[in-house]
Amino acid sequence: MFDNAIYILSVGTSLLVLFVIIHMLRSERFKERHAVIWLFAGISSLVLSLFPSILIGLADLLGFAVPANLLFFVSLILLFLTALQASTELTKLEDNARVLAEKIALLEYQVKALDKTKNDDVS
Amino acid sequence: MYRCSRARQSRLKAVSIGHQHVTATAEVDSGESMGDAIKPVLIVIPAWNESQNIEPVVAETFAALPGTHILVVDDGSTDDTAERARAAGALVLSLPVNLGVGGAMRAGFKFARQFGYASVVQVDGDGQHDPAFVSELVTRLDEFDIVIGARFAGKGDYVVGGPRKWAMTLLSLVLSAVCKTKLTDTTSGFKAMGPRAVELFARRYPAEYLGDTIEALMIARNEGLTVTQIPVVMRERANGDPSQSFAKSAVYLSRAAMALIIGLTRR
Repeated sequence: MFDNAIYILSVGTSLLVLFVIIHMLRSERFKERHAVIWLFAGISSLVLSLFPSILIGLADLLGFAVPANLLFFVSLILLFLTALQASTELTKLEDNARVLAEKIALLEYQVKALDKTKNDDVS
Repeated sequence: MYRCSRARQSRLKAVSIGHQHVTATAEVDSGESMGDAIKPVLIVIPAWNESQNIEPVVAETFAALPGTHILVVDDGSTDDTAERARAAGALVLSLPVNLGVGGAMRAGFKFARQFGYASVVQVDGDGQHDPAFVSELVTRLDEFDIVIGARFAGKGDYVVGGPRKWAMTLLSLVLSAVCKTKLTDTTSGFKAMGPRAVELFARRYPAEYLGDTIEALMIARNEGLTVTQIPVVMRERANGDPSQSFAKSAVYLSRAAMALIIGLTRR
């Protein structure tokens, strides 16, 4: 009974997570490259929820004392990679924003110069 | 072909500081001086650091299609691509940052919409596309919204081997089924796009790797646009041929698969 409840809960949650990610991808809330890690996590969690023996077997093979530790380990790595991706994207955006700001300032300067010339000519 | 009289040429007034009001606009006749309105076509050449290639590409395009308007979209180049393009006689749009082919093309589509061009033909800035095929691409625009100049369709002997070839073949099969038309070259950037496609792509055109080809096709299909292809011959890239490792092919295939699957579910 307890086993069944956990089983249903984990499979259900995995499916829910996958649906949410796919829905957000479809509605273009984020780009595909951001979803790769999440999709991997969602699919892995679904597979492991459906076949817990895989987790246990893998944990034994790799020498983890408790199978849950393997889960935590992998989750932490995935979160780390996600944060890494976010940092690099942010940096790129910052760089772009600076270039755009400079460009706007220079264009405004040119426009004002043009305006001034036009007004000078008219008068 | 293009029978543009002097009167019908686009009038480009260049900015000149120190003179009067003139601003840079390209005013294009909508055909009032011609019997049957031939809708103006804009050749868009996205180029990123193509200092060596851009002048020959523009020159060859003008030679093959006299009187057409060519827009080179300088995708944040760090070299003198823009200056050389201007010297070769093209209109130039200089992006302040690098956006990728998709980003450069969408800027081109917006330019086309803003200045009244009906259709856009993409010609790559590295010389792989032969402008001799452009008129045939444009002719088919009478019946279709998007016309792709495709390799592996019987013309030319463009050779691609190994895992990359399998990936491309598989992709072509799936995309052909999805678009209900025979497509042999799903990552060809050599495309003519009619008014409906230009209107759509000016708003939505992916900038990611393979987004401007595979995803763009999916977007077009979901909006009910029609696609076809004609066989073309493409040339090798002028400088350097990137080798296709298995790893790169794997990235290519998985990226393409994702684009396909998401595109299909967006229907």
